[in-house]
Amino acid sequence: MTPSASNDLLPGFADPVFDAQSAFRATLDAMSYPGRVQTVPTSLATPEPLGIAAGSLALALFDFDTPVWLEPVLAEGPAAGYLRFHCGCPVVSGMGEARFALVNAASLPRLDNFGIGEDRYPDRSATLVIAVPSLTDGPGTRWTGPGIDGSIGVQIAGLPDDFWAQWADNRELYPQGIDVIFTCGKSLVGLPRTINVEA
Amino acid sequence: MYVAVKGGEKAILNSHKLIAETRRGNSERPEITIEQIADQLGLSVDRVMAEGSLYDRGLAALAVKQAQGDLVEAIFLLRAYRTTLPRFAMSEPIDTAKMLVQRRVSAAYKDIPGGQVLGPTYDYTHRLLDFALAAEGGVGMPEAPVADEALDDGMPHVADLLDYEDLIEPDLPDPDQPEAFDLTREPMSCPAERDQRLQNLARGDEGFVLALAYSTQRGYGGNHPFAGEIRMGEVAVEIVPEELGFAIDIGDMVVTECHMINQFEGSADRPPQFTRGYGLTYGHNERKAMAMALVDRALRAREFGEVAKYPAQDEEFVLYHADNVEAAGFVSHLKLPHYVDFQAELSLIRQLRAEYEDRQQKDAAQ
Amino acid sequence: MSAVSAVQWDEAYNFAYLDEQTKRMIRRTILKAIAIPGYQVPFGGREMPLAYGWGTGGVQVTASVIGPDDTLKVIDQGADDTTNAVSIRRFFERVAGVETTETTEDADIIQTRHRIPEFPLREGQVLVYQVPQPEPLRKLEPRETETRKMHGYAEYGLMSVRLYEDIARYGHIATTYSYPVMVNGRYLMSPSPIPKFDNPKMENNPAIQLFGAGREKRIYAIPPYTQVKSLDFDDHPFKVQTWKECCALCGAKSSYLDEVILDDRGGRMFVCSDTNFCEDRRAKGHTGPLGADPAALAFAHKEPAQ
Repeated sequence: MTPSASNDLLPGFADPVFDAQSAFRATLDAMSYPGRVQTVPTSLATPEPLGIAAGSLALALFDFDTPVWLEPVLAEGPAAGYLRFHCGCPVVSGMGEARFALVNAASLPRLDNFGIGEDRYPDRSATLVIAVPSLTDGPGTRWTGPGIDGSIGVQIAGLPDDFWAQWADNRELYPQGIDVIFTCGKSLVGLPRTINVEA
Repeated sequence: MYVAVKGGEKAILNSHKLIAETRRGNSERPEITIEQIADQLGLSVDRVMAEGSLYDRGLAALAVKQAQGDLVEAIFLLRAYRTTLPRFAMSEPIDTAKMLVQRRVSAAYKDIPGGQVLGPTYDYTHRLLDFALAAEGGVGMPEAPVADEALDDGMPHVADLLDYEDLIEPDLPDPDQPEAFDLTREPMSCPAERDQRLQNLARGDEGFVLALAYSTQRGYGGNHPFAGEIRMGEVAVEIVPEELGFAIDIGDMVVTECHMINQFEGSADRPPQFTRGYGLTYGHNERKAMAMALVDRALRAREFGEVAKYPAQDEEFVLYHADNVEAAGFVSHLKLPHYVDFQAELSLIRQLRAEYEDRQQKDAAQ
Repeated sequence: MSAVSAVQWDEAYNFAYLDEQTKRMIRRTILKAIAIPGYQVPFGGREMPLAYGWGTGGVQVTASVIGPDDTLKVIDQGADDTTNAVSIRRFFERVAGVETTETTEDADIIQTRHRIPEFPLREGQVLVYQVPQPEPLRKLEPRETETRKMHGYAEYGLMSVRLYEDIARYGHIATTYSYPVMVNGRYLMSPSPIPKFDNPKMENNPAIQLFGAGREKRIYAIPPYTQVKSLDFDDHPFKVQTWKECCALCGAKSSYLDEVILDDRGGRMFVCSDTNFCEDRRAKGHTGPLGADPAALAFAHKEPAQ
């Protein structure tokens, strides 16, 4: 599973049909039941620092129709070539054009750099896939909204201090706005734009 | 006791068998072949290819056979097959000026460079049933005479001849939009640009497009069209493979093209000028190409600042109802059970009638 | 995964019929639909080997969600034995080789036309609705450009006026199915032509509800535990249908009943539209006034003519 330092391209899904389906279902569950930790059942050798959940999600959802923005560490490393080869997705330099962005919590750009959709087409917005050090050991937050029965306590680690203030601004744009999926290793947590978060 | 599911399955399977038997017809007569359909019912095949959005005579002929000659059903079969095919490349625009012309007529000029070419057409046949075709043994192999000279290589588009004098609007590609809209990959989006409209009309039901075109001529539209040119023949299809970087020929196809020339009175910022309506279809189908060109022009009302007040000018009306696979499906879905909703309506109508009678009685009592 | 190798399907087609590129496009659409509850997301719907209007949207959604370990249930009018339900179930047996069931509880994915099952759904289940007309405002405004604007600005006055006209004329709202709902307080949504009896089941449902409209090329969704309000007025609150009768076969008093005509002299009985619910009750010993009558049973679950 350790990626080699050479330029050898790592393989994609062992079973492109079933692995994509199971990665999508984990993502669907993550977005449908926000705050709950889901796990992708696939094993996938991804180039560092791309995690398994983020890589599986990319292979399941990205293609030539989805402009993708990669944070510099990914864009300059082997991940860019890996995604181009396996997904055929255009890697774009402008955050505003991206339908998906693969980013890291430690170097997270401000959320308002990304596309929020249009008033008549709020679906044409970005989904941010944010790698975090832990989905369960961070500061406590309380989430409410569609997909949550009452409220749920969530502890995402490693986010910038003002992240939840930025999220509150994103909430204000509803029904426009970005959607977020936090990933850590094989696990993921969904945060759709509808979710209200008390930090 | 409760075996309805199996019963339903059995009924469906039996219905498949029955339709197969009906399709075959009288088993004492030879079964029709795909080749015979492709050769001898060629215009049916052309229509199925055009509205099925797939240029393949063999598959279209198979669809005609499988659908027992029901062309809308055949179009549906071809479309459903088409969606399972991978997409290899986007072709270069075909160049109809380089067409190997089989037929080419202009109603706007008596003679044109390259000449009028009557070619195969029913236009001047007298529509008398030809009983020779019904006779035992058919008509054998009729032969058409070959012309003494070959046709001119250069057959300029008639509409382009007007371009030299600036009498017709220029027809240039949009530099901001290098790739054409593709309805087979993206949903309809209104207001639509011309590429999306033309693709919709090219796939659209011939009868629907024809009726709309006719309505513009009868007064439900203000265009004054001239058939600038109708041409039919073979064109080359080319693609530019990523790894080669230059165009290669991947085959030929027969298309029918129509340029309609329409009057335009001009506006504050545009001088009076002729405007264009364009029609193109797979195979030989002048009725469809001409109707498409008329409706294309009608739908350009917005572009020319014309008041869109007739059905053929109404983009959403035309585009959302032109597709016969969608239309036939939705009309026929009324055959599906709706008894749950009908039950809800039954209860409502009983309730409304009871309430009505109550009111009548109260009114009578007063 | 052993379960993966266990499924067998018609290998002339990709698993679940759709090619992977189409599935990716539909999956991305579904995720945005979940993120914006009740909003109709346009998608590049494909021609399917069944006619538009016959469930092409639902089939594309199911085909994009389903995996080899899933168990599928298909109902039409609440019944597993209606011809189109049988036909769609056969389609997935052939192109995906998945297990199918008639038992609501055992299903991972339930594709439905016109009903929500009577048994409550659970977390993780996916209910896929077939939708003929996704736009709740379409009968009031035929133009897509106009209705899209109305959704954009949440201008739903037209619908309130429409319902109010009913009240002025009849004294109550006279819409019995496709009864419009507000989802998460923002989008007006068509629940598809389910009877309004089923509307309350949509709210705070633990399952994922996905809606596919193939001909109109729209997908929309209600996430679990989401507010779904049927439109009404303070002085005319929303009410569902009720029956004086109970189910003639199982005696249920709380299910949606279909009227079955018994003869040409006005004879009729009422039976559950949800066949799985009715059978389950009868298996547990519940019985209705005609529950032991073989003629009534035959009428209720008549085999289609062969």
